[in-house]
Amino acid sequence: MPLALLKHGLSSGRVEPPHLRWQPDLKRTYDVVIIGAGGHGLATAYYLATRHGITNIAVLDRGWLAGGNTARNTTIVRANYLTPEGVAFYKESVELFRGLSTELDINIMYSERGHFTLAHTDAAIRTARWRAEVNKHMGVDSELIDAAEVARLCPVLNTSDEVHYPILGALYHPPGAIARHDAVAWGYAKEAMARGVEVHPATEVTGILVEGGRVRGVETSRGTIHADKVVQAVAGSSSRVAKLAGLRLPIKSIPLQACVSEPVKPILDQIVVSGSLHVYISQSARGEMVMGGVTDPYGLYQTRSTLDFKEGLMAHMLELFPFMADLRVLRQWAGTADMTPDFSPVMGLTPIDNYFIDSGWGTWGFKATPVCGLRMAECIATGRQPEMLKPFLLDRFRTFDLVGEKGAASVGH
Amino acid sequence: MKIMVCPLNGPRNITEFVCGGDVKAVPDPAACSDAEWTDYLFIEDNIAGEVDEWWLHTPSNTWFIARRNTLTDEILATMTVADYFDSKRSAADAVAGAGGAA
Repeated sequence: MPLALLKHGLSSGRVEPPHLRWQPDLKRTYDVVIIGAGGHGLATAYYLATRHGITNIAVLDRGWLAGGNTARNTTIVRANYLTPEGVAFYKESVELFRGLSTELDINIMYSERGHFTLAHTDAAIRTARWRAEVNKHMGVDSELIDAAEVARLCPVLNTSDEVHYPILGALYHPPGAIARHDAVAWGYAKEAMARGVEVHPATEVTGILVEGGRVRGVETSRGTIHADKVVQAVAGSSSRVAKLAGLRLPIKSIPLQACVSEPVKPILDQIVVSGSLHVYISQSARGEMVMGGVTDPYGLYQTRSTLDFKEGLMAHMLELFPFMADLRVLRQWAGTADMTPDFSPVMGLTPIDNYFIDSGWGTWGFKATPVCGLRMAECIATGRQPEMLKPFLLDRFRTFDLVGEKGAASVGH
Repeated sequence: MKIMVCPLNGPRNITEFVCGGDVKAVPDPAACSDAEWTDYLFIEDNIAGEVDEWWLHTPSNTWFIARRNTLTDEILATMTVADYFDSKRSAADAVAGAGGAA
C-alpha cells in the first residue's frame, strides 16, 4: 500500500475514481426536492432511495456539500435524553450509527468513549437520576454514579473538592460516542448518488411554489423546478426557508460557538459534559480537544466567534482539567442553531400538503442524522407521520404537547 | 467585550444584559382564539435583519427597548419603553393622518 501511494503521489493523472458522480444539469421535474445538502438532507435522500425505491430526487444547497452545521457540530452521539419520546428517537440513531460505516462503505470513525454528564449540585443529581431511570426503562445503558466512580473511570478529571464546584456524581452513558461528521455526510451523498440521486450545490432556493394548499415545486437561482414533494432540511435557515412557503416556526436562530485546542497525545478517552458549568469536551482521533458550551445570549444570524465565550468556557474547563492551561486554542467557529421552546426538533408533516419540514435541531442535530433521515424518508414516502415522529410535529405547539428536553439537550440549564 | 447603552445607566458590558425577546402585541387572552394565543407564546418571526426587542439591564433591573441588526450583530439604538411606544404611536397617528388626507 505505501508503494501504491508513492506511485500515485508521483503521477500527475487522476489516481482515484471520483466518489461523487456530479450531475451538472438540473432537470425541470423531480419526484422529491430536498432543500439543504447537509447530513440530514442527504440521509433522507439515501433512505428514500434504499428503503422506498424513490431515486428521482434533487438535493439542492445554496452553499456546498455538508458545509453548514454538519461541518460545525462537535460530533457527539448519545441517547441519554430525558423524555421517553426523545430517548426512543435518539436510541434508534445510536443503533444506526453503529452500523453506518458498513452500510455506507466509508469509515465514519465511530468511536464509543463513554459519556459523563457531571453533577455539581443536588438538583443536577436529581436530573441525572431521572434521566438514568428513563434511559434504563427505555433500554438505554445509563446509570447514576458517585464521585469515586467518576474518578476511577476518568482519572484525568479533577475530582478534588478543593474547587468552586466539586463533582458530586455523574450520569454515565457508556455508549456515548464521537464520529467523523464530514464522513457521515459524504457517505450518505456517495451512496445516494450511486443510486441516481442528484446533488446540486450552489443552487439557492428563492421561492416555494404552493397552489391550493399543496406544494408544486421550487424556484431556484437556476430556474424553476417542479416536484411532487418538497422537504426543507436547512438548520440555521429554517425560519427563512419556511417563510418562502408561508410557514412560521417556533424557532429562534442563536449562534453556538465551539473551539479546538492544538492536538496532543491521547489523554482524555471520555466525553465529559457539565450542565452546571456549561461546558463539554472530548478528544478527537487526531488529538484535538473539542470544546463547546452554551448558545450565545441573544439571537443572531451570524457565525462570528467571541472572546467572551472562550473566557467563560476556559474558566470552568481549567477547574475540570487543570492541564488544559498549557494548551492553546487552534481553531474557533460557530454555527447557527435553531432553538425551539422545548429543546426538541420539529419534523414531518406541515399544514401544506406534500411539504415536509426537518428543523428545530438546535444543538442536537448531528447525533440524529441517521434516524432523522430514515424516519423523514418514511414520512415523505408514505405521506403519513411515522409513529416515532408523532411527538415532534409542528402542530404540538398548538396543543401544548411539548417534549421538554432542556434538561438533557443543552448545557445551559 | 461588546457594549450596550442602557437608557438609565449608559454604556455597559453586554454580559450585564438579558434579551427578553421581540416586541410584539399581546392578544387579549379572553377574546383571542387558542391558535392566536399559542402563536403568541411559541412562534417567532426570527427576522434576519432589524428587530425591536425587550432587553433587561440585570444589575439595575431596568427593562428597555433595543433595536438590533441580527445579520450584522450591531446594536442600532436603545430607548426607554415610554420613548419607544410614544414614537410608535406618533408614527401610527402620522400614517392615519396621511390616509385621512388622501
